[in-house]
Amino acid sequence: MADLSCKIAGIDSLNPFWLASAPPTDKKYNVVRAFEAGWGGVVWKTLGIDPPVINVSSRYGAHHDQNRRLLGINNIELISDRPLAVNLQEIRECRKEYPDHVIIGSMMAPIEERVWKDLAQQIAESGVHGIELNLGCPHGMCERGMGSAIGQVPEMVEQVTRWVKDAVDIPVFTKLTPNITNILWSAEAAYKGGADAVSLINTVNSIISVDIDNMIPEPVVDGKGTHGGYCGSAVKPIALNMIAEIARTPETKNLEISGIGGITTWKDAVEFMALGSNAVQVCTAAMIYGFRVVDDLIDGMSQWMDDKGYTSVEQFTRAAVPQVADWNELNMNYDTKAVINTDNCIECGRCHIACEDTSHQAITMTDKPEGGRVFEVVDEECVGCNLCYHICPVPDCITMEPVKTDKPPMTWPEHPLNPMRAAAE
Amino acid sequence: MTILQAKQAQKSGANHSVADSHTDDGFSDLHPAYSTLQAMAESNRCLYCYDAPCVTACPTSIDIPSFIRKISTANPDGAAKTILSANIMGGTCARACPTEVLCEEACVRNVAEDTAVEIGSLQRFAVDHLMARDLPHPFKRAPETGKQIAIIGAGPAGLSCAHRAAMLGHDVTVFEAKAKPGGLNEYGLAAYKMTDDFAQREVEFLLGIGGIRIEYGKALGRDINLQALKDSYDAVFVGVGLGSTNNLGLKGEEFPGVDDAIKFIEQLRQTEPKSDMPVGNNVIVIGGGNTAIDAAVQAKRLGAGEVTLVYRRGPENMSATEFEQDLAKTNGVVVRYWAKPVAIKANGKLMGMSFEKTELDASGKLVGTGETFDVPADQILKAIGQKIKPDDLAGMEITGGKIIVDDTYQTTAPGVFAGGDCIKSGEDLTVQSVEDGKQAAIAIDAFLKTTSA
Repeated sequence: MADLSCKIAGIDSLNPFWLASAPPTDKKYNVVRAFEAGWGGVVWKTLGIDPPVINVSSRYGAHHDQNRRLLGINNIELISDRPLAVNLQEIRECRKEYPDHVIIGSMMAPIEERVWKDLAQQIAESGVHGIELNLGCPHGMCERGMGSAIGQVPEMVEQVTRWVKDAVDIPVFTKLTPNITNILWSAEAAYKGGADAVSLINTVNSIISVDIDNMIPEPVVDGKGTHGGYCGSAVKPIALNMIAEIARTPETKNLEISGIGGITTWKDAVEFMALGSNAVQVCTAAMIYGFRVVDDLIDGMSQWMDDKGYTSVEQFTRAAVPQVADWNELNMNYDTKAVINTDNCIECGRCHIACEDTSHQAITMTDKPEGGRVFEVVDEECVGCNLCYHICPVPDCITMEPVKTDKPPMTWPEHPLNPMRAAAE
Repeated sequence: MTILQAKQAQKSGANHSVADSHTDDGFSDLHPAYSTLQAMAESNRCLYCYDAPCVTACPTSIDIPSFIRKISTANPDGAAKTILSANIMGGTCARACPTEVLCEEACVRNVAEDTAVEIGSLQRFAVDHLMARDLPHPFKRAPETGKQIAIIGAGPAGLSCAHRAAMLGHDVTVFEAKAKPGGLNEYGLAAYKMTDDFAQREVEFLLGIGGIRIEYGKALGRDINLQALKDSYDAVFVGVGLGSTNNLGLKGEEFPGVDDAIKFIEQLRQTEPKSDMPVGNNVIVIGGGNTAIDAAVQAKRLGAGEVTLVYRRGPENMSATEFEQDLAKTNGVVVRYWAKPVAIKANGKLMGMSFEKTELDASGKLVGTGETFDVPADQILKAIGQKIKPDDLAGMEITGGKIIVDDTYQTTAPGVFAGGDCIKSGEDLTVQSVEDGKQAAIAIDAFLKTTSA
């Protein structure tokens, strides 16, 4: 079994799987269960200054598929609603009882230097390995000038990061909100403020559904609903892009990254790490299935590493980053065609109708004399878009095969039909 | 077997294993209705094929992928309308169709996974959902044409024709020989396929379209005749089914205790509670079709000690589907292949039957081997096929025991159309009769437009 231990922001972890700051890490009871299940660390649910917040009843909305599998959750829960002293005492106990497991203290406060520094110091004194600055919550706390209200202003991100860095001598993670126009601005601000790492993404601002019998956005609180933070596997693509951008941009690439955003399977985790994450945080998958999902995360990643010959996670961390390019760097002379393996085809016709109605009319459907039908790709019409390959219900029935070409690679800036190129010459 | 099937088998096994239990008489649903959760899970197995093979395999061409998708999006009533627009008796077909040789056999899920989507159960879920709600009839009639159509027989073909004709704006009078409508849905299908008086509820639903009147106790040849109907109506549809049964041609066939299986089932369907239905202790059923299976299984569930089903050829030659054959065996019916009845044995009362073993000779012809055996019986049920009653059908040409019709379901008598089991359109299935009736109504509509032009 491959060695899954890793290091992020100077902190050693048994494995790269931490629970994100959220309801699953609200108190000692949960955290103990998480450590016993195999999680390498937790980011404690966000702590604020007393008096604790009051939460509403009805807190989660759901984005289901038609088979009632949860694709995403949104929540309108605020930060920890327990007294600070209780949380800090439980953190101390957990640190003592589980010395090999990582505990990061998440915090948020109004934009006042003294408040941030005092709170950070109190948390640091509880023995946490590091502090995570929650600058992301897109609901509730932002209306009080906290969470994403800070995270959306790069100057404030830098300021808050610097305050806390100045106040404590343990690693500081600045947690970024995706509810911005360009993640690089806040990432660079965190970097300038001295962050040891950034954590991203926090939840995506959202209204997840509407109760159409009563015409109220969900989750419903006594006849009204509000926007909340969206998470779960549905937000994974948003997170992957933001992480990759930070990892490949010169101004931010030295930031270590704690990747978050819908990680549900070991393969998701590998992808997050390949695109720049030094470790990952998980929340929704645990909320849906319980802490035991970590077993598959650990086992699947180590099986895959054994298969690939990796002996440490550092060997594949950021391995995909060099291949992330701008569109303008793509080779216009590359061409692929769909190939249908008729032996595997179950004749559902989905590829045909998808291509016929919405793409390039490149898959024909012909009745066979002996009954049934045969589906064939018209190479001249196929642009290699991948749509049929993705919608085919049978794995490996449709493959995308590169076309052999003598043409040298050519990017759009080099392309003769590019009017900008003509203008430049 | 899918998990759902396994669960159902468990459920139905529990229901049916004790035929004399206080809670169940052995005639509850063969396939229990889906719960909403089951419908959600199974509807999501459908791949929503384009130009789907299941649709081609359905005699009524129900748009199966569309209706299943509607179930999966929590629109079961829309699903029901999709079904009923192609097959107004979609509720009965969902219960009685041999789906394993129709839509479900064609399901692409069989190819890679060997387990079809359970289309029949999903169809029942949708139609039952709609019928359970007190909604207006889902279809509208076209403006009235003033044309009068006579329909003979209130079975699946006749009622399907009546509904479509009414939708097209015609006025319909249905003449039915029996006291109740529904034909074989009411009198011929096994009781455990049509629980809760479904045949009658379905007819009531169907008549909700309006413009259809049914006259009961009116038999062709006895109370009405074709010529008079032709004179009084603009068109006539004949959906009389097969009114007569085949005989064994053995001495003693009229002996008390020797009955047609179809009559046994009819009597059982009309008996409540089912435990009032008399049944022999040793029952022999002769035949290899679904009627034979239905009779044998129901005899067993009524409490017969030994039920022996005898068929003159092998299991692969039976017209009963594999599912039905398995049903007989799991219900404790003894099935004997390759034997034909040669004598009815009686001694003041029915004693049993003698059989001769059969085989195929070198030319592939079925012959007796000369070896015989006896099976004791106090009841013998014949299920060796039904045939048309030609006497009442004067004016229409009949060949091979079926009324001849052209591509538009018109018989050789102008203005007289026919459909269902009395014509040769395919298998003798409810679903085929419904299709015949629907298509005949469309043909009659075209015919009336031509004749009035």
